[in-house]
Amino acid sequence: MNELEMKEKMEKLDKIIENHRGQQGALMPVLHETQELFGYLPEEAQKKISKELNVPMAEIYGVATFYSGFTLKPRGEHTISVCLGTACYVKNAQAVYERIQKDLNVKPGGTTADNKFTLVGTRCLGCCGLAPVIMIGEDVYGKLVPDDIPDILKKY
Amino acid sequence: MKMYRSHIMICRGTGCSSSNSEQIAKNFEEHIKAHGLQNEVIVERTGCFGLCALGPIVIIYPEASFYSMVKPEDVEEIVKEHLVKGRVVKRLLYAETVTEDRIKSINEVNFYKKQHRVALRNCGVINPENIDEYIAFDGYKALTKCLTELKPQEVIDIIKQSALRGRGGAGFPTGMKWSFAAAAPGNEKYVCCNADEGDPGAFMDRSVLEGDPHAVLEAMTIAGYAIGGNQGYIYVRAEYPIAVKRLGIAISQARAYGLLGKNILGTDFSFDIEIRLGAGAFVCGEETALIASIEGQRGMPRPRPPFPANKGLFGKPTILNNVETYANVCTIINEGPEWFTSMGTEKSKGTKVFALGGKINHTGLVEVPMGTTMREIIYEIGGGCPNGKAFKAAQTGGPSGGCIPESKLDVPIDYDNLIALGSMMGSGGLIVMDEDNCMVDIARFFLEFTCDESCGKCTPCREGTKRMLEILDKITKGQGEMEDIDKLENLAKNIKNSALCALGQTAPNPILSTLRYFRDEYEAHIRDKKCPAGVCQALLQYTISKEKCKGCGICAKQCPATAISGKPKETYVIDQEKCIKCGVCMQKCPFKAISKG
Ligand SMILES: Cc1cc2nc3c(=O)[nH]c(=O)nc-3n(C[C@H](O)[C@H](O)[C@H](O)COP(=O)(O)O)c2cc1C
Ligand code: SF4
Ligand code: SF4
Ligand code: FES
Ligand code: FES
Repeated sequence: MNELEMKEKMEKLDKIIENHRGQQGALMPVLHETQELFGYLPEEAQKKISKELNVPMAEIYGVATFYSGFTLKPRGEHTISVCLGTACYVKNAQAVYERIQKDLNVKPGGTTADNKFTLVGTRCLGCCGLAPVIMIGEDVYGKLVPDDIPDILKKY
Repeated sequence: MKMYRSHIMICRGTGCSSSNSEQIAKNFEEHIKAHGLQNEVIVERTGCFGLCALGPIVIIYPEASFYSMVKPEDVEEIVKEHLVKGRVVKRLLYAETVTEDRIKSINEVNFYKKQHRVALRNCGVINPENIDEYIAFDGYKALTKCLTELKPQEVIDIIKQSALRGRGGAGFPTGMKWSFAAAAPGNEKYVCCNADEGDPGAFMDRSVLEGDPHAVLEAMTIAGYAIGGNQGYIYVRAEYPIAVKRLGIAISQARAYGLLGKNILGTDFSFDIEIRLGAGAFVCGEETALIASIEGQRGMPRPRPPFPANKGLFGKPTILNNVETYANVCTIINEGPEWFTSMGTEKSKGTKVFALGGKINHTGLVEVPMGTTMREIIYEIGGGCPNGKAFKAAQTGGPSGGCIPESKLDVPIDYDNLIALGSMMGSGGLIVMDEDNCMVDIARFFLEFTCDESCGKCTPCREGTKRMLEILDKITKGQGEMEDIDKLENLAKNIKNSALCALGQTAPNPILSTLRYFRDEYEAHIRDKKCPAGVCQALLQYTISKEKCKGCGICAKQCPATAISGKPKETYVIDQEKCIKCGVCMQKCPFKAISKG
C-alpha cells in the first residue's frame, strides 16, 4: 500500500468509526470493517480506533489477537481457507492441505512469495456435505481430491 | 399471488451455490423466456434441500421431479423436454427416483421419507430473500397471534408446555429460560441468537439462516415480547457470508413491513435486531463468552451464576438461544404445544436436525423426531457407508461428544440417552466413521481442536488438554505405554470436575468414549505398535509381497524418497529407514503387490 492509498483508507476509516459511534459494543464491528478495508489491522488504524472509541491500545491488541479471524499482518490477495473440521478430516482434508502447501510452496498461515495467496487452515466451513472443502475468498470448492488443486489455483 | 403451472426450485444454499446454481437459475430464466413460458413457469431460488452432496439440485413442481448434479448446459434440455413437452429428462434425475414403471417424487426418496421437517420446514420451499413467500407459508402469523391475542406470560406458558429444549448443546428447557429473564427486574432486556455454530461438522444453523431467515427473526421478536426486551442480537460466524447477507435482507424487509422496529403491527411493542459477526473463536459459542464478544471484549467465559437471564449482555437480563431452537418457536405457537409434544421421547420432544457427514452415502441435513434410532438415520436415511466399507462409529456432539459403536445403534436418540452412552447431542453433528478411521487418531484430532480453542483462562483446560494431547500424540507415534491409558483417565476426570466452562469440562469426552468402546485400538497402538486402521503414519509399514511382485520397477521410479531398490524382474524391496510412508508405491503398483500394515 502506498502512502496515498493509506491516506485514502484512513479517511474511509473515519467514516466507519463515525457510523458506529455511540453503538454499544462497537469495537468488534469496527475491527471487522477495518480489516475488510485494509485486508488486515494496521497499527495506524488501531491507534486511530483506540483514540476515537476511547479504548486503550492494549485492549484492542488483546481483542485483535484473541480472535483468529483478525490479522495484524497483511495477507495475500486471496486467502485460501482449508477446512480441517471433522467431516473434512475423516475424508482426508489433510492430503488436500498438503498438496496446496506443496504446489504453492507455502506453510500454513503463510503467504506466497508473489503475495497472491495466504493459506490458512480453518474449522468447519459449514458445507460438510461437500467434504473435503476449501474456500478461496468467498468461493467454495467441495468434494476435492489433491489432483483438483492445480486447476482451481489457475483461476486466480 | 399469480398462479403458475410449474415451479422450478433451484437451491441457492452454500453447497449448490459453490457448484454454480446461480448460473443454472439464470439459464432457466433465459430458456423459459426464449420459449415464451415466462407467464406459466416460475424460477425460485431457495435455501438448502439437505442433500448437498448431490448438488446442484433442481426440483420441478407440481411433479416434484428431483434433478441432481445439474450442470448449466443441461438446462436447455430440461426446458425443452420437461417444460415444453412434458417429458422428464431421466438421465438427469436422481437415480433412486427412476423406477421401471414410474418416476418417484422427491418425497418418496429414502433420504426424505422418514424425515419430519419442523425447523427446516421452509428450507428449499421458499425464496429466503422474499418476505412475501415467508408470509404465504404462515410467516408472521405466530407473531401476530402473540401480539394481539396473548399476554407475554401466556407465550411463555405455551413454550413451557411444549417442553422445547435448547438445540444448541445443553438441552436446557427454553420456556424456563424465558421465564427467568421475564421475572428478572429491569426494563432493559436483550434477546440473543447463537449462530456461532462451532461444532465442526454441523451446518443446520447455517441452512436455517440461509433458507429461512425470517423464522429466526420472528421467533426472536416473540421472545422479546415474552420477556419484555426490545433489542435482539444475532451473533453469526464470519465464515457464513451468505447467511449474513440473507439475514441483512430479511431484517430490512421486516422493518419495511412494520414487523421489526417501532410499534410492531401497530401495537405498542417495539423490537429491533442487529447482526454481530464472530471472528473465529470456538469458545465464543459458550453463552457468557458470546456475550463478552458482543460487548467488544475477548470472548472468554466467566463463572455462572450470575446467569445471563439475570445479568447478561451489558449487565442486563438476557436470553440466548440457538438458531434451531428459535426455528421451532413459531410452529409451536401456530400448531399448539400438544402437537409438538406428540413427537419425541418422554424427556425430549419434537424433532432434531442432524448434519450427517463423513463416511456415509447421503451426506446432508436430516430432521427426524427425537427417539429415532441412529441405525435408522445411518442406514435407512443415510444409505450406510460407501464403497462397501464396514461401519465403525458415529460421532455426535462434536469436540464435546463421543463415538458410538455399532452395538449401540439401536438406542433411541434423545438428550439423555446420548449422555448415558458417553456422548452428547451437541448441536447435532453426526459424523460416520468406517473401518479406515483410527479411533485413537480421531480422539487426537478432537483434543488438538480443544487444545487450540481453549481460551486459556483456567488451568485445568489450558494445561490439561495439552497434557492429554501429548499422550495421544505419543500413542499414535508408537511410543505409548500401558500406563498412559490410566494417565489419560485420571487427567480426564480432573479436567471434567475443575474446568470453568463446558469447553474444558467436556473436552475429555472424545477420549473417554473411545477408551470405553475401542480400547482394543489403543492397546494395539501401545502393545503391538500397530494401527489397525492403517492411519497412524509412524506405525505403518509398506511391504512388497514376494509372490505378487513382478519386478516391473514402477514403484522404485515413483518413490519420492528413493527408498525402493531392486533389479528388473526380481522382487523389489523397501528400505524402511528411508521410507517416508507417502503411499505412492502402493497406489502405483499395477500388480497390487504392495500392502500397508
Ligand atoms: C465451548 C462451547 C461452544 C458452544 N458452541 C455453541 C454453538 O456454536 N452454538 C450454540 O447454539 N450453542 C453453543 N454452545 C452452547 C451455548 O453455551 C448455549 O448453551 C446455547 O447457545 C443456548 O441456547 P439453547 O438453549 O437454545 O441451546 C456452546 C457451549 C460451549 C461450552
Ligand atoms: S474451560 Fe477452557 S475454554 Fe472454558 S474458561 Fe477454562 S480455559 Fe477457557
Ligand atoms: S511409501 Fe512412499 S516413500 Fe515409502 S517406499 Fe512407497 S513410495 Fe517410497
Ligand atoms: S467439516 Fe469441513 S465443511 Fe464442515
Ligand atoms: S446447498 Fe443445495 S442441497 Fe444443500
